[in-house]
Amino acid sequence: MNNNSVLKSVNDDSVAEIKMKVENLDFFYSKYHALKSINMDIQEKRVTAFIGPSGCGKSTLLRTFNRMYQLYPSQEARGQIRIDNVNVLDRKQDLNILRAKVGMVFQKPTPFPMSIFDNVAFGVRLYESLNRTELEERVEWALQKAALWDEVKDKLHHSGTSLSGGQQQRLCIARTIAVKPEIVLLDEPTSALDPLSTARIEDLIFTLREEYTIIVVTHNMQQAARVSDYTAYMYLGELIEFGDTRTIFTTPKNKATEDYITGKFG
Amino acid sequence: MNPIYIRRRIVNATCLTFSILAMAFGLFWLFWILLTLFEHGLHGLTASLFTEMTPAPGNEGGLLNAIIGSLVMVILATLIGTPIGILAGTYLAEFGQRGWLAPVTRFINDILLSAPSIVIGLFIYTIYVAKVGHFSGWAGVLALSMIVIPVVVRTTEDMLRLVPNSLREAAAALGAPQWKIITLITWRASKAGILTGVLLAIARISGETAPLLFTALNNQFWSMNMNQPMANLPVVIFQFAMSPYESWQGLAWAGALLITLSVLTLNIAARFFLRKHEYHK
Repeated sequence: MNNNSVLKSVNDDSVAEIKMKVENLDFFYSKYHALKSINMDIQEKRVTAFIGPSGCGKSTLLRTFNRMYQLYPSQEARGQIRIDNVNVLDRKQDLNILRAKVGMVFQKPTPFPMSIFDNVAFGVRLYESLNRTELEERVEWALQKAALWDEVKDKLHHSGTSLSGGQQQRLCIARTIAVKPEIVLLDEPTSALDPLSTARIEDLIFTLREEYTIIVVTHNMQQAARVSDYTAYMYLGELIEFGDTRTIFTTPKNKATEDYITGKFG
Repeated sequence: MNPIYIRRRIVNATCLTFSILAMAFGLFWLFWILLTLFEHGLHGLTASLFTEMTPAPGNEGGLLNAIIGSLVMVILATLIGTPIGILAGTYLAEFGQRGWLAPVTRFINDILLSAPSIVIGLFIYTIYVAKVGHFSGWAGVLALSMIVIPVVVRTTEDMLRLVPNSLREAAAALGAPQWKIITLITWRASKAGILTGVLLAIARISGETAPLLFTALNNQFWSMNMNQPMANLPVVIFQFAMSPYESWQGLAWAGALLITLSVLTLNIAARFFLRKHEYHK
């Protein structure tokens, strides 16, 4: 795959802008303190990977960026998450506009019970009033980006659930980027897929990086090494180490990170 | 052979035998009922049944006014009960995680679901019929819709709960407001199940006698006036079957067969939709 090219690309180009700043973020599931004072900067148009053992809080952290946790009354985040210098945890922040700007792809593919076309058009229709031609162009554009167009162009009106797992996941990615978000959150996007589909999604992450700020949660260390520019290692709700991927994987500063990456722990 | 294995096979064979016997016992009575209905009612299924009014004692006639009356009341009760039931069921499934209103509503709905239908008839009699001073088609519609609502509430809630949360999260992640998530995603995902609930409710009310006895009563003549007593199949069957007149008894059998066949068709339709629903999952 793009194993070497990714690692090489890191730090090749000029230093990126900071897209998102996480400041003193704490998170609670009712009384359980799941994230402890997280601080981190996410670079624009880069891929950042979150790794760590199960239950370390990496998905929880990801779900604070689009305030997904607010669907559940007992969950609460404290602190600041500044996207383009605006604190999105502020009560005044419109949730739906935030989520249009910060897209998310989930662990399991979740096609909606409607046609492939309508799946991709769903989010677009929420925020833009395009005419039929413009909408068709947008759907094709998104499916092209998600490397799915060639496989579905003749059956756009078939049900989204009729696709294979790997295709469904690319459909979900197409659906997410059709809205033209600025940040794309991927929550273990390949853990339910076979190796071939995984490779395709990883290729996709690599190309999407040119236009989007991408954050990916993964259990797969090789995947983090392959696709990301920056890696964050988390353990028990704390951010243990965060830096560029090559450094984290070759010369980690922290003993715990090294143990996890080399497989002594985790 | 291994004694554990033999024991297992014996237990299996015993359970299977008893299950088949239980099923055969149930089906035996069901088929007997159907057979009796066909035996006594089939020759009554003539053209005049659908074209003539309920006759005076001793005369020949049909059930047209009762068929139409039942149809009108069942349709209106469904039209009133379905939207209320679907909206309430949606509230319970989608908004019912917090507060006290949802658990209380669910509890009361369960009571209503298992309330004897005669109680509902008496209730409408007290609050409506006794107040306006006469039996009427509207009172019958009200009583029937009181039976539709809890059935639809329950099935709607159950079906919406089957929709995985990941689907709601995926829609929310695109910036969809909650009302759009419900109308465009969760309702659509459980369409077949909700429809099945409505069909089962219709099947349930088309045979109900007790709630109509105190509300719509009956009408010997053709009447489309909803403010007057209205003819309907269950009460006609009840009255005609108890009468000493042979022609009335024949009509009661024919009417009973007609209701049974309609309900059977509806149930088969409901099964069909449900199976299609499962197939898509």
